[in-house]
Amino acid sequence: MNDQANSFKNQPDERGHFGQFGGRYVAETLMPLILDLEKEYRAAQNDPEFAAQFDDLLTNYVGRPSPLYYAQGLTEELRKTAPEGKGAQIWFKRDELNHTGAHKINNCIGQILLAMRMGKTRIIAETGAGQHGVATATVCARFGLPCYIYMGSKDIERQAPNMFRMKLLGAQVIPVESGTGTLKDAMNEALRDWVANVDDTFYIIGTAAGPHPYPELVRDFQSVIGKEARAQMLDRINRLPDMLVAAIGGGSNAIGLFHPFLDDKDVEMLGVEAAGHGLDKEHAASLSGGKPGILHGNKTYLLQDEDGQIDEAHSISAGLDYPGIGPEHSWLKESGRVRYDSVTDTEALDAFQLLCRTEGIIPALEPSHAIAAVAREAVKMDQDKIILANLCGRGDKDIFTVAEALGTEI
Amino acid sequence: MTRLSNAFPADRAALITFITAGDPSVEDTPAILDALVEGGADIIELGMPFTDPMADGPAIQAANIRSLTGGTKTADVLNIAKGFRARHPNVPLILMGYANPMTIRGADWFADACVSNGVDGVICVDIPVEEDDSLGDALRSNEIAVVRLATPTTDAARLPTILNNASGFLYYVSVAGITGLQQAAQASIEEAVNRLKSGTDLPVAVGFGVRTPDQAADIARVADGVVVGSAIVELVEKYGKDAYAPVRDYIASLASAIASAR
Ligand SMILES: Cc1ncc(COP(=O)(O)O)c(C=O)c1O
Repeated sequence: MNDQANSFKNQPDERGHFGQFGGRYVAETLMPLILDLEKEYRAAQNDPEFAAQFDDLLTNYVGRPSPLYYAQGLTEELRKTAPEGKGAQIWFKRDELNHTGAHKINNCIGQILLAMRMGKTRIIAETGAGQHGVATATVCARFGLPCYIYMGSKDIERQAPNMFRMKLLGAQVIPVESGTGTLKDAMNEALRDWVANVDDTFYIIGTAAGPHPYPELVRDFQSVIGKEARAQMLDRINRLPDMLVAAIGGGSNAIGLFHPFLDDKDVEMLGVEAAGHGLDKEHAASLSGGKPGILHGNKTYLLQDEDGQIDEAHSISAGLDYPGIGPEHSWLKESGRVRYDSVTDTEALDAFQLLCRTEGIIPALEPSHAIAAVAREAVKMDQDKIILANLCGRGDKDIFTVAEALGTEI
Repeated sequence: MTRLSNAFPADRAALITFITAGDPSVEDTPAILDALVEGGADIIELGMPFTDPMADGPAIQAANIRSLTGGTKTADVLNIAKGFRARHPNVPLILMGYANPMTIRGADWFADACVSNGVDGVICVDIPVEEDDSLGDALRSNEIAVVRLATPTTDAARLPTILNNASGFLYYVSVAGITGLQQAAQASIEEAVNRLKSGTDLPVAVGFGVRTPDQAADIARVADGVVVGSAIVELVEKYGKDAYAPVRDYIASLASAIASAR
């Protein structure tokens, strides 16, 4: 598959478009800055020193490579209820073992190095679950840059442990009351800050969305997940998985896992959105329940009404509670390369507990959505098939939310 | 489009005023628009409300939310425009807003809607030149002006890019930031306007943070137009459906300051 024209890896085009999606839909004030960022990113891509710094930090600070793990307990548990001969082998890419407990740090390392290359002295970020906020606060502490994190007031409530972590790391957390008080409003507020502080500020966007070149560069930084996983699979069992599964909020952990495999045509891919209370009620599944539109710098699938007003999303998982999705996923859906499905709050809670019991791993609520989909798929597949799922975050931050959902007081 | 080019008098700056459609309600907007004209506004910017107005400060954000909470639809905004056109055949009307509500039914649909409801121009905050084909072509081929924004971050290298295919007037956003907060220093405004005017024959209007008649007069001495938004929206917030008289009087105070500026 070296044929460039037929490759699924040749996006975006030079204008930052993934097919009809992506682009640079920002206020004119930000345009020069975004063009500058793109130029600096191209230079960094060709700079071996940048790559060396990135790799060194990932190895010695983040703790990469993350393990590739055969989940025997979960595999066997699912086989108990599977039809005769069914029950695929389940493997996990264990990005929950990264420093700060999720994949978010991979991207933050890359972006803070870019920020410093550009001579920026102040960092801002949005956060939903708080994982990206914590990861941003972490790299800011490590490199001594002041850090301002925008977080919806509703999310502050349901992710209190991460709120305190960010404070310990020296970040200033700015509660966002406007709109729905969740991730999309935090992103609006971060954009407002950025446009007023273009000279000294770098905006570390936490997912593979936003104006070009963010979707591309976040994907590239997160692709360490898929590159490692691909090499580890070949090294351990000398074959590629049959199916990749990842949860999708904005889509950064998913694209990070998928992208290095996109041209392996026998590898099936499944992205899992949050179906919240159900697709016919409040949810956060923009590919299943939305349509193309323009928000936060890019054209992509959005939850919206017929006038283009953005709908409120809902998911029990703050990290998935966003009415949009990164533009490359919109393109991968339309091109048919990746299949997208969704999982409800209740199914995710069940999967959360299932993993705790069968593997001794407490997952974050975000990858619990992926695990629920894995359970659904595995019982339909033969036992010699392999599913590789991204365990992109650990669940410490979610224990209060889960306890409340289960009616337990802690 | 001719309505728009005729709106810049030779001997003084034009007064360009912004309100959000549907604030405080769809029913009350026509009277507030009339107050703008009555007070002496030369050009009207009618804001199309959006759930996520990320280039706006607190005042206009709140106006967007008030409007949408009251149930304003795109059809209502267009109806307001149509009614305005019938009452004020000679006053140019510009729709200002965000990409998604403008493009959701397709660029051609929106351009047609502009034509049939008497809209003269469009300012779309989050469609820069780089994405112009998602709306600009359809507007231009229907003779609707595509008003471009220049900002303090627009350097000499970028200016020609912005001016290419610009029409109506050039809107200089005098501060890097969101609407309604601080105002730029007069010296920096003068420098910028002179620079922009040397690159284009379009009228140059200046906005962002203009509140007092004195500020408006200072800008009117150097620019072809003065844009006022948040200060009016705050009056609408304060007086609600009784905003007609206070808005008219405030606009009159701006208009007379501008008239005697040069
Ligand atoms: C652990 C974890 N997984 C997934 C996500 C969703 O983001 P993305 O789709 O960009 O991976 C988040 C977001 O906060 C997260 O914390």
